Amino acid sequence: MRPSLVLLAAVGVLFAAGTTLLLERTLTRVLLGVMLLGNGANLLVLAAAAPGSPPIVGTADPAGMTDPLPQAMILTAIVITLGMTAFLLALAYRSWRLSGHDEVQDDAEDRRVRELAERDEGSDAEDLDAAEGVRG
Amino acid sequence: MTWLVPLPVIMPLLGAATTLLMFRRPRVQRAISVSVLTATLLVSAVLLVLAADGPLVVAVGGWPVPLGIVLVADQLATLMLVVSAAVTLCVLLYSIGQGGADGDEEHPLSVYHPTYLILTAGVTNAFLSGDLFNLYVGFEILLAASYVLITLGGTETRIRAGTTYVVVSLLSSVIFLAAIGLIYAATGTLNMAQLVDRLDTLPDGVRMVLQGMLLLAFGIKAAIFPLSAWLPDSYPTAPAPVTAVFAGLLTKVGVYAIIRTETLLFPGGRVADLLMVAALSTMIVGILGAVAQSDLKRLLSFTLVSHIGYLLFGVGLASRTGIAAAVFYTVHHIVVQTTLFLVAGLIERRGGSTALDRLGGLARTAPVLAILFFVPALNLAGIPPFSGFLGKLGLIQAGVDDGTALSWLLVAGSAVTSLLTLYALARVWNLAFWRDPSAEPASAPLRSPGLMLTPTALLVAAGTALTLAAGPLYSLTDAVAGDLMERTPYVQAVLP
Repeated sequence: MRPSLVLLAAVGVLFAAGTTLLLERTLTRVLLGVMLLGNGANLLVLAAAAPGSPPIVGTADPAGMTDPLPQAMILTAIVITLGMTAFLLALAYRSWRLSGHDEVQDDAEDRRVRELAERDEGSDAEDLDAAEGVRG
Repeated sequence: MTWLVPLPVIMPLLGAATTLLMFRRPRVQRAISVSVLTATLLVSAVLLVLAADGPLVVAVGGWPVPLGIVLVADQLATLMLVVSAAVTLCVLLYSIGQGGADGDEEHPLSVYHPTYLILTAGVTNAFLSGDLFNLYVGFEILLAASYVLITLGGTETRIRAGTTYVVVSLLSSVIFLAAIGLIYAATGTLNMAQLVDRLDTLPDGVRMVLQGMLLLAFGIKAAIFPLSAWLPDSYPTAPAPVTAVFAGLLTKVGVYAIIRTETLLFPGGRVADLLMVAALSTMIVGILGAVAQSDLKRLLSFTLVSHIGYLLFGVGLASRTGIAAAVFYTVHHIVVQTTLFLVAGLIERRGGSTALDRLGGLARTAPVLAILFFVPALNLAGIPPFSGFLGKLGLIQAGVDDGTALSWLLVAGSAVTSLLTLYALARVWNLAFWRDPSAEPASAPLRSPGLMLTPTALLVAAGTALTLAAGPLYSLTDAVAGDLMERTPYVQAVLP
């Protein structure tokens, strides 16, 4: 089987564009990135089957038919991608309702631990413990 | 008796549909969820007994085997089924107790029960799947349910944490799907038993690309360093029972997929060394992260990441003793890590917070809680005679048997990680339980009813009982590892 170069190039472009968008901080762009990546993966699965005539019994010689299994898998994958996209969209909307924007924020606790490390201190808990040790 | 095999998937799905219809009647919802999960546990236990005579295979829909989807209940799958069903049932009882205590009988989150059951169905489907695409569908089912559970209530912190989780999981799903497309293009099948022969005939380079992509996808799900950063960021914000079941099961489904594909599809490649290095860095980086934390739930999330390294160590050794110890450790870790997160939930109710600088004196004010924390904490750290010690001992023995420089390094790494785990948990013990209550609690203690304490105590007891049952369990995991290494029992059962 010789895969179609155009199809594979399209997969490459979709993956590249999707990855770029995925690295953005705005959830809407991440969503677009996920959609492009999902479509890229679906096209890749499609490219797994050799091109041929439609796999309908009686319309063509079975030897010349394309493999229908990847198409069945893509159907499943499309449904899954659709559901996930809808959920991510709802998440972006909820984030916008709550905070007025849909940028993914840093974890506050992460930042706190990092700041402590930069000041070369242990956590507060440690300090309390040490203070107690002095008192005792 | 093969008709039993699809039941662990079908029953939770039907239960989810029924509980969704009963969304106005929380009592009925609860009764259905509990009975469905109890039935799942019973069926899984029967399957485990039956699988001792060889894997049970079901061709779904009656399609002849390489064409349709197969469900394969071998000893590994059924062992994981039993443990996961027991854990999900305990966590469900805990969450029902929590709901009852917080008075949400008036305003129940009606979506909780259906989603929880769908999560269970996804997990069991992933365990039973004998086909890569069905494994992908199983993953998607459990992930879709987990997206809903992690953002339950839709508060700002949960949305923030949920976003990270959802985007990272979606990325791993895309990688998995792309790997499936490539495997199908290269071999023309996705049936795992059929793939065994066909993958062996591929050129080494192609095989390694396929193996690498699958490892990448499963590695994100299993939270292996450097693919683990999402986990401590997103797990701690979810409700306690949700975090507990995620910590116990979801990463282990990733580990299960790694064990299955590495032993069945890609045995004996050069990637084993890479797995060993990843295992070492997961252990060390994870536990150093845990030592730096000042919040109990985040600390536990980091120990979770760190101990995934132990499981990977056993897989990377790729020897019968290594795999046997890894499977034993998986069982131990599912039970113990879930227990610790449930106890963290109880501590949060008692002390008003999980921040270690706000807790104190719990050993005196809540002695039951102290025992419930102390036993699994020692178990996780690997103090003899607990099962954590036995699992680590098995892994270290397998590492010593292997005898290469890398495996000696791993042996040293696991000893250090074990000590640092003990240090991190002893710190929790000192700060939250032993010292005098330092500050006023953040809020008045919430009541923890018996329905929350009992499942937690049951899991603590189960974790301890693993020590008593260690002999039979080890001989079971040894048989599992033998079958996995041999590969033929699985292939012959699916393609007679």
